[in-house]
Amino acid sequence: MVENRPAATVLAHLTLVLGVLIIGFPVYLTFIASTQTAEQIVQNVPMSLLPGNNIVESYRLALFGGQTAYGSNLPPAAPMLWVSLVSALVIAIGKIIISLLSAFAVVYFRFPGRNLVFWMIFVTLMLPVEVRILPTYKVVSDLGMLNTYAGLTVPLIASATATFLFRQFFLTVPDELVEAARIDGAGPMRFFKDVLVPLSSTSIAALFVIQFIYGWNQYLWPLLMTTSEDMYPVVMGIKRMISGGDAATEWNAVMATAMLAMIPPALVVILMQRWFVKGLVDSEK
Amino acid sequence: MGAISLRNVEKTYAPGSKAAVKVIHGVNAEIGDGEFIVIVGPSGCGKSTLLRMVAGLEEITGGEIAIGGRVVNRLEPSERDIAMVFQNYALYPHMSVFDNMAYGLKIAKVPPEQIKARVDKAAKILELSALLERKPRQLSGGQRQRVAMGRAIVREPSVFLFDEPLSNLDAKLRAQTRLEIQKLHRSLSITSLFVTHDQVEAMTLAQRMMVMNAGRMEQFGTPEEVYQRPQTTFVAGFIGSPPMNLLRGQADGQRFVVAGQTLALPQAAPRSGELILGLRPEHAEWGVDSAEAWRLQVDVVETLGAERLVYCRLGETLFTVRIDGTLPAPRPGEQVPLGVRADRLHWFDAASGQRIA
Repeated sequence: MVENRPAATVLAHLTLVLGVLIIGFPVYLTFIASTQTAEQIVQNVPMSLLPGNNIVESYRLALFGGQTAYGSNLPPAAPMLWVSLVSALVIAIGKIIISLLSAFAVVYFRFPGRNLVFWMIFVTLMLPVEVRILPTYKVVSDLGMLNTYAGLTVPLIASATATFLFRQFFLTVPDELVEAARIDGAGPMRFFKDVLVPLSSTSIAALFVIQFIYGWNQYLWPLLMTTSEDMYPVVMGIKRMISGGDAATEWNAVMATAMLAMIPPALVVILMQRWFVKGLVDSEK
Repeated sequence: MGAISLRNVEKTYAPGSKAAVKVIHGVNAEIGDGEFIVIVGPSGCGKSTLLRMVAGLEEITGGEIAIGGRVVNRLEPSERDIAMVFQNYALYPHMSVFDNMAYGLKIAKVPPEQIKARVDKAAKILELSALLERKPRQLSGGQRQRVAMGRAIVREPSVFLFDEPLSNLDAKLRAQTRLEIQKLHRSLSITSLFVTHDQVEAMTLAQRMMVMNAGRMEQFGTPEEVYQRPQTTFVAGFIGSPPMNLLRGQADGQRFVVAGQTLALPQAAPRSGELILGLRPEHAEWGVDSAEAWRLQVDVVETLGAERLVYCRLGETLFTVRIDGTLPAPRPGEQVPLGVRADRLHWFDAASGQRIA
């Protein structure tokens, strides 16, 4: 039913504009703060809502670190962004590969204890990182993986959610397709590579976005298992830049780092959005 | 190359367990190279299961299947030298028409130029040449069906297996595709097994047809044989539309007593005991009166144009007669004599349903 009532249209737009403002204003504030100098932010109460002229200096300081106006030393954010990027990519891609393969095994192979395995995977949904953090730390530490990329990513790679999602998708693939592939002489892995993975491409894209952001936003786990500065992800880095106690905080650099940390996930969402839409339009499987 | 032998083929689901269900009971058949065989039967009779056993998609739990003299019980589908056309076509949705047809050859590591030649040739036969770059979702039902056939043809198998390939097409396209399949078979002469529940498809396509019921092969013969000499009451009732009239009663050579009615029998019908008498609706002689004529009471008349179907009562039993459309329509309630020729009657044993004469 399509209605054409101006009042409803205005109301709808009003709601949406309000929503955008609520989400957008803090981001705007962060950006404005990153263009001013530390003194401007602290001295003007409330803070000016117009862009300052310190943008180049703020971002240079945030990215490459260095001596601040107050004389303290700021660590550079560029290596932290790199650590975050690598671990988010490894987590997202690793999760997708592992869950594709395990869903494939659970759906297409008959092996003893198949149901048990499936339920075991399912039960791990109840065990997020926070719950198993101490045993996981012990394992990672015993394996000597503290302060490594492996330590940052491997414990987060297994994913029941993604396995479950792919399983549901594989169950909708018609059996006749499997049989046609068998008659064509495709073995299980060939069928997986040539038919199942291409058919799952839209689910893979969706999961990649979700898992990339999940990986990027990890805070607690890196906080626990990294002790050397060159392995800090950027989310942790931001927290460390906010100094407590008497020391002054370089708010412009903090805000610039926050802006920088927002860019990769936003890019992933914006770029992958086209895939979502494509997947929704070409609904035929 | 493509002769098929079915020797006492059996299929049991969950064998050895309490839930074991036997769905194919000892089917025997010898199919010659190049023959077009139609397997026909009602749904659930095991016809698709039998075809899938030949394809290698269902395990054979008893007996032997040989293709081209080679027992294939333990072979993978791809090693059996067969190609199959599925009911829903089972095209790979993400591949172009060309890739769909070429996929099997690519896996078999056929050189690319040869793949291209074979696909082009098949596409030409099936008039798909202009569609090779399209994806299956951009094709109509009939075109998808042709791609599925093309995928089978490029493999150059010794046996084609068709699993109800026409059932998703509309009536007009189905008739047209039926003719195309017939032409294709004439030009390629490859042994074909064609499963259908549609008796028109069975009668028109088959060189020989296998009528199945409840996992058993009821009759295996040419369409003429199956129509003119059905071996069991099941075949008699299944093939022919409207189905053959089957009357259960007592015969003593002169008369046949059915449901309290006494019917005069032609002299050449020396039968006795409890029997089932079969007479096709189109084989009764409408309005031909004689001492031996049966008397029917007209119940309902359906006019189809070229012919009329007259549903009558013979005592308590329903009896269908098919008459020419140019004859005047009988009125409901009217009494009509029906002439019966001895050579048109079919006799079956009442207990086993097997044909006697």
